[in-house]
Amino acid sequence: MSIARTGDAGLGRLGQGQRVQRRHRVVRKKVVPWLFALPTLAINLVVILGPSISAGYYSLTEWSGVGAAEFVGLDNYRRLFTEDRSFHRAFLNNVIYLIIFLTLPMVMSLVAASLLAPIRRASMVYRIGLFIPYVLPSVITAFIWTSLMDPGRGLGSQLARIGIPWFDQPFLGRSSTALPSIAFIDNWHWWGFLMVLFLAGMQGIPADLYEAARIDGASRWQEFRDVTLPGIRPTIVFMILMTSIGAFLVFDYIWILTQGGPAGASEVLATLVFKAAFNNFEAGYAAAIGLVMSLLAGAIISVFVFLRRRGWEI
Amino acid sequence: MTEPRHGIAPARARREPNLLPNHVVLTLLLVFSLGPLVVLGFNSLKGSAEIGRNPLGPPTAPIWQNFPDAWEIGNFSTTTRNSTILVAGTVAGVLVTGGMTAYSLAKLNLPGSGAFTLYLLVGSSLPIQLFLVPLFFLWRSFGMVNNLFGLVVIYVALNSPLAIFLLRSYMLQLPSDFEDAARIDGAGEWEVFRRIVIPLSWPGFLTVGLVVALSVWNEFLLATVFLTDQERFTVVTSYFNFTARFSRDWGLTSAAAVMMILPIIGIFLALQRQFIDGLTKGGLKG
Repeated sequence: MSIARTGDAGLGRLGQGQRVQRRHRVVRKKVVPWLFALPTLAINLVVILGPSISAGYYSLTEWSGVGAAEFVGLDNYRRLFTEDRSFHRAFLNNVIYLIIFLTLPMVMSLVAASLLAPIRRASMVYRIGLFIPYVLPSVITAFIWTSLMDPGRGLGSQLARIGIPWFDQPFLGRSSTALPSIAFIDNWHWWGFLMVLFLAGMQGIPADLYEAARIDGASRWQEFRDVTLPGIRPTIVFMILMTSIGAFLVFDYIWILTQGGPAGASEVLATLVFKAAFNNFEAGYAAAIGLVMSLLAGAIISVFVFLRRRGWEI
Repeated sequence: MTEPRHGIAPARARREPNLLPNHVVLTLLLVFSLGPLVVLGFNSLKGSAEIGRNPLGPPTAPIWQNFPDAWEIGNFSTTTRNSTILVAGTVAGVLVTGGMTAYSLAKLNLPGSGAFTLYLLVGSSLPIQLFLVPLFFLWRSFGMVNNLFGLVVIYVALNSPLAIFLLRSYMLQLPSDFEDAARIDGAGEWEVFRRIVIPLSWPGFLTVGLVVALSVWNEFLLATVFLTDQERFTVVTSYFNFTARFSRDWGLTSAAAVMMILPIIGIFLALQRQFIDGLTKGGLKG
């Protein structure tokens, strides 16, 4: 559109040759850059934007996935918020997951990174070794830990054999422990990645600050609290944001390890979407849950933006 | 802390903190991270009977036959081919389309680049669950379910934003002299991109390629939804079914697991700097 307009405006004033040249320049400056971006844009529209918009429509319908969708207004949302107990349970489980992931991996990775930061020799060995679980596929991590947590042939059974009881329980098969166990396994895979991020942040802190703290007689804890933590605050805040969003989207480990069981004890929003769409053929209802998940993620981002606008240094 | 008594001591000698406790704690964490993998390796060489007696220690009589058996029963020749096609197709698609877009953003002053970048950013932070259901039924109406190419298109869309951000920041560091010289010689933008920008930014392409390859090789949710025919299973989704069928035969399932992760760990160790660099930057940009 803008190309045509620029071309027309030039018509009166420019001669034939200049006009061609000018049009050529406009093509080169405006059209060619968009030609380069076109494949990305086209694929993105078909895969992400189009289906995202139609999800908004389907969430207002009763639709099995085949045939016509029947418009039912806000009925899916009414059912979701007032009738569906499993939705409440799933939401609560996502919150529990969030709380676990805002504490356990954060503490582990901050401790490990601050212990690793002053080390020169062999630091690569630690860094690579602790990072390796992060590159494994979730099905493998899940298999390794279901074996290790097996009450009869796992770690717990060996501990029991040498007189340490309690660990030989079916942690994944029991309602009270299923969700924390999944979080523990997910964290085994995740925390090393967080550690490497924090380590990179810590290595960017100027050495003078530590020198100054030592001259002032700061203890190791004071050094950590007053130099290290403020130094990597941008990374910490960003990872809190990412963790908060991620905890509401978790799917892989839950699906692989328990499929939401036993009896809904580890059900989360993402497994509900999957079951509604592909097991119960309620695609409209699944779209409604998916939309609620997106709004949750959007709300978390908005809180961060709001706090930043209010002058919080995050 | 004790005050340094002799003021003339060199700075280093004055305050070299004792790092032994650090090494002890870090070694324990290393055992936590790698111990399970060692046990996996041990178990891949055991039969069921021995795992019952000795589930953690090294095998007394290694059973190497577990590996060919797992390869056969797990249908690895088919699943490896499927996963390789998905990885190669996605990496090629992302590098070509993402590289072109990154070039446009970094070097061609794409008009409306601010809005376009914002769009990519928002699009890449939308949860898959939002568009998964309509996308599945759209793909089914196209006949692209149980079709490797259909899944490649989805993977390209999902992996492109990250690739574009990484490649764009890489290309921004390149000096424009060579490009300008080529343009003066009459080269079109496509030629400049292909003959000058790609060769100069190949380390960026390598990093992005590795990160995308890893995420596609390991991907679970979309592969589960879009490839339901056994002949189209990936290594990962096939393994998920394999462990369900042979849940008590740990020797076999462990051997299959070892075969799956050895190439990943091997490539990771060989190129760990690019991997960690790409993955951490990717993590920081969403």
